[in-house]
Amino acid sequence: MNRIDLTRFPTTNLLLRSRWPQFLIRAITLAGFVFTILAGLFGSVVGSHNFAIIFVWIAWWSALKLFFIPFGGRSWCSICPIPMPGEWMQKRGVFSPTGKGFGLGKRWPKKLRGNWLQAGGFLLIGLFGAVTLTSAKVTAIILFFIIALAFILSLIFERRSFCNYLCPIGGFTGLYAQAGPVEVRVKDKQVCAEHSEKTCYTACPWGQYPLALKSSADCGLCMECLRVCPSDNIAVNLRPWGSDLGQNTKHNPGEVFLGLVMLASVLVDSVVFLGPWGQLKTAAYEVGSLPWLIFAGVFLVVSLGVLPGLYSAAMWGAVRLGSAKTTFRKTLSKYGQVLVPLGLMAWIAFTVSFAFVKFSYVLPVISDPFGWGWNLIGMSGTASIGQSTSWSGWIQILLLVIGLFWASRVTQQISESKRQALPIIAFSGVFTVSMLWLLIG
Amino acid sequence: MKKEVLARFLVVFFVTLVILIFVLGWQKNRSQHTGTILIHARMPENGGWSVTSITGETNQPINLRLTSDDVVHGFAVGKSDQPTVELIPGEFVETTLLFDEPGTYTYYCTRWCGPNHWRMRGTIDVQGEEAAVTNPPPLYLQLGIDIDAPHEADVIPSEPVLLQKGAAFAEDLPAYVFEQEIYLTNSPANVWSRLRAEPDLSALSDEDVWNVVGWVWQENTSPAAIKTGESLYAENCAACHGETGEGDGVMVRDLPKPEAEAHDMDDPHSESTTAGLTRPHDLTDPDHLLGASPALLSGKIIRGGMGTGMPYWGPIFTSQQIDALVSYLYTFAW
Repeated sequence: MNRIDLTRFPTTNLLLRSRWPQFLIRAITLAGFVFTILAGLFGSVVGSHNFAIIFVWIAWWSALKLFFIPFGGRSWCSICPIPMPGEWMQKRGVFSPTGKGFGLGKRWPKKLRGNWLQAGGFLLIGLFGAVTLTSAKVTAIILFFIIALAFILSLIFERRSFCNYLCPIGGFTGLYAQAGPVEVRVKDKQVCAEHSEKTCYTACPWGQYPLALKSSADCGLCMECLRVCPSDNIAVNLRPWGSDLGQNTKHNPGEVFLGLVMLASVLVDSVVFLGPWGQLKTAAYEVGSLPWLIFAGVFLVVSLGVLPGLYSAAMWGAVRLGSAKTTFRKTLSKYGQVLVPLGLMAWIAFTVSFAFVKFSYVLPVISDPFGWGWNLIGMSGTASIGQSTSWSGWIQILLLVIGLFWASRVTQQISESKRQALPIIAFSGVFTVSMLWLLIG
Repeated sequence: MKKEVLARFLVVFFVTLVILIFVLGWQKNRSQHTGTILIHARMPENGGWSVTSITGETNQPINLRLTSDDVVHGFAVGKSDQPTVELIPGEFVETTLLFDEPGTYTYYCTRWCGPNHWRMRGTIDVQGEEAAVTNPPPLYLQLGIDIDAPHEADVIPSEPVLLQKGAAFAEDLPAYVFEQEIYLTNSPANVWSRLRAEPDLSALSDEDVWNVVGWVWQENTSPAAIKTGESLYAENCAACHGETGEGDGVMVRDLPKPEAEAHDMDDPHSESTTAGLTRPHDLTDPDHLLGASPALLSGKIIRGGMGTGMPYWGPIFTSQQIDALVSYLYTFAW
């Protein structure tokens, strides 16, 4: 099955099984989170001199797309501090459960399940993106709002309801984690079948039952199942990229919507942040003004109208070119996984276009996190706008081409015939060409 | 349970640590800069200078810590030798002001930071033992010139004025032409008419009389003053009046052309926005410029426009600087 089970090696097994390494990292990210909020609220209003802007929108946001997701799937979720205070209450323990916790433990309403709210949250971030990305105060307020919301919801609902159904980043990482090279799976299904207690399911903050886990989208890699399994029957596998994509996995319309919103967002972000259209940038920035309303309208039309329309048209074509058995709805869901490699590579290409150029801001804001004129590590004032090198452009082209190739391969794998795959490959092609045009020009 | 206690302690410890770093840093920041006035520069649309009035005493240093919150600004004090301080967004720069004469000084932004750039001003009230030097009121007030009234020239030259050619007639000219007061209080067109009426000069052609006037104007200034005027103009005036004086500077290109001298002073918008403003007059238009006396032009510079959006430069330029600027303006006409 070409998987490497990390629990087979003593060192990695210890690192994953022991609660301490993960706990320590989360305790530090929680402190970092608090620090970021303080820096955002009280630090310099000049973004390039504020820890909150540089760390959230340059360092973390780039690392998520260039490192955490491509090399670890939902690995960020495993060290994310946002659910930590709530879980402390829920489990009555910040390290491990110590008895009956606080909270009502209600089940998340059925109607609100799926990726719909996460996609909506991501759209909202996009609509206000220009302000959020440049204003440290707004960034801090959003971070505070998110952690407060996660805390309150964990007192009302069971487990990680916020992460599962609301967190826009959870939606983003979950979607693309399907292409990531890490998975948690059971080693031997027979062992689970004979074990009636389901300790793993009880312990899972994400409400997953590892035996039933088919896709890595819903697993936050928290390793709790690994720790509680009495039979040592949980594996943490390194696997080939894209293992969740193919014939065998089930997909739903919510995921398709999320995938399309992500495609629209990366297009619009490329237009706003990298495009040469100054007026558009101003419009995106002036929240509430008429130009902004037009921008928001266009954004919503693209993400809720144009892209879903093109995708539906491709699906209509696929249904027509396929055998009579399949329905439109089924086809729509099935091909949703094509959006995963397509979107992931587009986001990585988008990130490559600015991450290296802006990286020189990271050390200076460690030196002077609040922008008060400090010089803690002697790196203040060393920020310089890096050169966008020519190889950065080639890498972006390569990434987008890989994305198109990958998406086409997935399309072919799940299609009945080459003919049926054509409309979807054409859709992927149109998207890739648009991205190429926006990034490379 | 022991592990849980340790874990809780660590969480609280790390969070407290970062809060402590913030609080102590905040306090240190404040104590380190006591006795220093912190000024944030922002575009006028975002609030302008965070401090707009400072008090001080003569020969007592005033320590300032300056930063910009948005774009690059410049900090300069009018009528003083203080060098301009450049304010880079997010970076702090310290400067010390020292005044040896009491009075009210104006500090202002030297960078064209936005449409209302010139509104970025603040005052420094310097108290002192010495009596404040009282300058006489500017000439335009002494003479009671209405600087808003139309001042079209009655006559203008029909050919380019040759200043050096005018020098040839120096010996034939009446003595009053060389009086500074005549230069200051008369427009070139006025002086031309007066000379034209002189019987002794009836032999001169109209063009030669203009050459004489041009030469007289040149005699009342110096190449150094014109050079000073040129650089002041480039730094402070060209953004609206245009590099060549044609009234087509970058800040006003989209505004409507002026209609005579009519400004809608009742329009409340013209105070804080560019609405209701017009482009400045074409300074290269001899009809307009040659009908203005140096007293009138300096009055316009000192007081600024009424409802036109032109700032007042009285508190910023010294009278020598204004004279230099005026003499430079006339070079547009010849």
